[in-house]
Amino acid sequence: MKIGTPKESFEGENRVAMTPASANDLQKLGYDCVIETGAGKAAGFTDAAYKDAGVEVVKTAAALWKAADVVAKVRPPSDAEVKRLRDDQTLISFFYPAQNEKLMAAANKKGSTVIAMDMVPRISRAQKMDALSSMANIAGYRAVIEAGNNFGRFFTGQVTAAGKVPPAKVLVVGAGVAGLAAIGTATSLGAITYAFDVRPEVAEQVESMGAEFVFLDFDEEQQDGSNTGGYAAVSSPEFAAAQLAKFREIAPDMDIVITTALIPGRDAPELWTKDMVESMKPGSVIVDLAAERGGNCKLTVKDEKIVTDNGVTIIGYTDFASRMASQSSSLYATNIRHMMTDLTPEKDGVVVHDMEDDVIRGATATHKGEITFPPPPPKIAAIAAAPKKEAPKALTPEEIKANELVEFKQQTRNQVTLLATGAVLLLGVGLVAPASFMQHFIVFVLAVFVGFQVIWGVAHSLHTPLMAVTNAISSIIILGALTQIGSGSFLVILLAALAVFMTGINIFGGFLVTRRMLAMFQKS
Amino acid sequence: MEFGFTTAAYVVAAVLFILSLGGLSGQESAKRAVWYGIAGMALAVLATLFGPGAGMWLLSVVLIGLGGVIGYQLATRVQMTQMPELVAAMHSLVGLAAVFVGFIAHIELARVLVMDETGKAALEGFAALLAKKTPVEVNILRVELFLGVFIGAITFTGSVIAYGKLAGKVDSAATKLPGGHMLNAGAAGISLLCLIWYFNTGGFFPLFLMTLLAFFVGYHLIMGIGGADMPVVVSMLNSYSGWAAAAIGFSLGNDLLIVVGALVGSSGAILSYIMCKAMNRSFISVILGGFGGPAGEQMAVEGEQIAIDADGVATALNEADSVIIIPGYGMAVAQAQSAVAELTRKLRAQGKNVRFAIHPVAGRLPGHMNVLLAEAKVPYDIVMEMDEINDDFPDTDVAIVIGSNDIVNPAAQDDPNSPIAGMPVLECWKAKQVFVSKRGQGTGYSGIENPLFFKENTRMFYGDAKASLDSLLPKID
Repeated sequence: MKIGTPKESFEGENRVAMTPASANDLQKLGYDCVIETGAGKAAGFTDAAYKDAGVEVVKTAAALWKAADVVAKVRPPSDAEVKRLRDDQTLISFFYPAQNEKLMAAANKKGSTVIAMDMVPRISRAQKMDALSSMANIAGYRAVIEAGNNFGRFFTGQVTAAGKVPPAKVLVVGAGVAGLAAIGTATSLGAITYAFDVRPEVAEQVESMGAEFVFLDFDEEQQDGSNTGGYAAVSSPEFAAAQLAKFREIAPDMDIVITTALIPGRDAPELWTKDMVESMKPGSVIVDLAAERGGNCKLTVKDEKIVTDNGVTIIGYTDFASRMASQSSSLYATNIRHMMTDLTPEKDGVVVHDMEDDVIRGATATHKGEITFPPPPPKIAAIAAAPKKEAPKALTPEEIKANELVEFKQQTRNQVTLLATGAVLLLGVGLVAPASFMQHFIVFVLAVFVGFQVIWGVAHSLHTPLMAVTNAISSIIILGALTQIGSGSFLVILLAALAVFMTGINIFGGFLVTRRMLAMFQKS
Repeated sequence: MEFGFTTAAYVVAAVLFILSLGGLSGQESAKRAVWYGIAGMALAVLATLFGPGAGMWLLSVVLIGLGGVIGYQLATRVQMTQMPELVAAMHSLVGLAAVFVGFIAHIELARVLVMDETGKAALEGFAALLAKKTPVEVNILRVELFLGVFIGAITFTGSVIAYGKLAGKVDSAATKLPGGHMLNAGAAGISLLCLIWYFNTGGFFPLFLMTLLAFFVGYHLIMGIGGADMPVVVSMLNSYSGWAAAAIGFSLGNDLLIVVGALVGSSGAILSYIMCKAMNRSFISVILGGFGGPAGEQMAVEGEQIAIDADGVATALNEADSVIIIPGYGMAVAQAQSAVAELTRKLRAQGKNVRFAIHPVAGRLPGHMNVLLAEAKVPYDIVMEMDEINDDFPDTDVAIVIGSNDIVNPAAQDDPNSPIAGMPVLECWKAKQVFVSKRGQGTGYSGIENPLFFKENTRMFYGDAKASLDSLLPKID
């Protein structure tokens, strides 16, 4: 079968769904590849490069749509493109079936199969074809670069001969894939980065990227993102109010704000209000990655860059991924290639559309003349539900002090009890035992005491040498054998001789092996 | 030679022994400390040979020399991974020697007691010492030597079994005879009866019977303890060998024996305590063997174990700035310590911060991992204890777990129903990435699933530790 990629017809779209590298891999799956001339030009892939990779280059879009059994593209098809669909054709692209019902109906009428890349379920197995994430990653990176382009100062703080430069403060709202990418880029440029998300469980990820998570003083049981497949859900009015209050508090300090908050299937929530923009310093930059869906800031103008009266730049571009077409094309093409791998279990160049497969089922919008959207929920939960954790209660200084006091008293009590019992026991022994025994007993008790004091100081790393050396010196029992060997019968001599012999082994073996071990410990 | 001189020599020897143990507080002072120990031992043996009571010193010197030759051979040939076996084997010798010395004391006592006054006056050496004892002292002597023999006998068979388990000659799983600990308790009870019997009659039979029983207790007790509890067992046997020496010291009236026995005994006891604490288990529960049953339903582990190949690990390591390696018994089994050291050298040569995190019960002997790493020439100042390094994991790029399992199990913290709940563990899952080098998908000693292997930032690097590391090494540059 043939996989074809047309030139994107959408104005200003630079990406392409097939790269020479992905074409190579697709051919390994048994497919022939075909591409419309100039399709990769805007992304930096020439026709010659495609030809070298064994891709057939056709002159017109019409010829391409005719030749290809599977059409892979980036944007949803235009009305003209839908008309070109055939009933045996498969279309793979971003489709947004929830918003594009008419388009879906039109495609269904043609009888072709539509696989929507934006509907790939969020499960571990499908990560390799999660095109939304790969595009969001690029958007997050690009958002910071665009912000830097419009920001008149350094990101990183510097102390130069010409004066001290404070580091820029960046706030990232929404720590999804795009948000995390933005955080990573901003921190690596040297900015002090803060991040906020309604899902408290992402705090750890945020901190791992080097940003500080902005916590709200809010007690309500917060929602668990795992119920919604890892996406954010709508928050309660109280929560939204607390969140806005927090933003209002920190807005004057922020130099760059990047908002990425989206709730699936809804308009973007308003998070950055007009008064917050007004409280920001002149020269500050806001990048609104939610501009396509109305923007997290109401002042945002879609696809444009505006400057407010108080000198704050608001960027509302929606084509961040297209602005980095080379990078985004290669990632998207790889996502497509992975999707084809799953569609071609035999690697024989024949598409097997397995509707039992969670991933394929989830992404399919129309198939065999039926509209299959919306898909049933996947069999595997996207993310394991996070068990609720009781946060340890913070102790006040008084409580800590009181605890310490109680502990100290407890320790004193324990020690006194031990000492008292020990003393009583000793007295008891002293009452019945003869003096000669008591003399030895004193030595014994003191030695135990010294032993305890000394051994606590031994380094953990030297416990093995400690065992070897105590082994060697416990052979001191040889003294007993030595004093006995000379007195008495043959049996005594035999036993004593054996004991001397065995302890002899032990003394030499123990000390030598200790020395050998200790000699190995070297400082770097 | 005068009696006073011998005593003086003993005092000096005792001080030397204490210094020798105290010196082990640091790596550098330890090298000096071992000489103190050797000097103390030489002084003690010489003073005894020339002191009162010793006879047949030529025979003694020859025997010590012979033992020395064997000891030298053992000490120079032993592999560092075999240290636990060697230590256990040596404990058994001390135990058996204590039994023999106790028997001699009994034989001599029996001989001396039936003599008349003139016969006693003609005695020399150890027998002369016995002859001077009053009846009360004789009774105490019997208790002491009885105890010495009892502990010595347990130490002997226990150490032999521990040696067998560590050397792989006896199945290291916990096995008990039917009747379990009741058998041990019964044997100990009969031993107590023997003590009373022996105390009253002084006959050889109760002593002999008790020795057999103690042999059995030692055997059965250690058979019932599994592989990973060996650090506790070996420390415990170490302690016993000390107490046996101390008990014999009492019966011989020899202060140096008492002092050294007490030192060794308390040392072993502290080591056992530290090991038990590191497993969050009471000494009793370790000795009685096995883990207690779970208190309730254990948390189910969700997710999948994701495998990775050497290329993936190499890429992550080349990009990492800080690396922490967590070795366990698996590293010792695979003899992978030199490969680990080579990896460390290569990474450090690139200016990366490479450190080791050692859990107190990693391996089969307290401090086992430290010795193995030292043998492979890993500098000791990058080898950290658990408490020193546990807080550093969140700032670490890559944690590599080599052949350890239970000591890195997050269930100890997260799951109150886990059998190892509350055990202090190395929090390696807080590192950005974790690689686990492991043979297969099996569970650790405690037999419980390890949620670490299912974490999102964990990748499983399956295969024999040494082979895996050897395939990894050429890819690090």
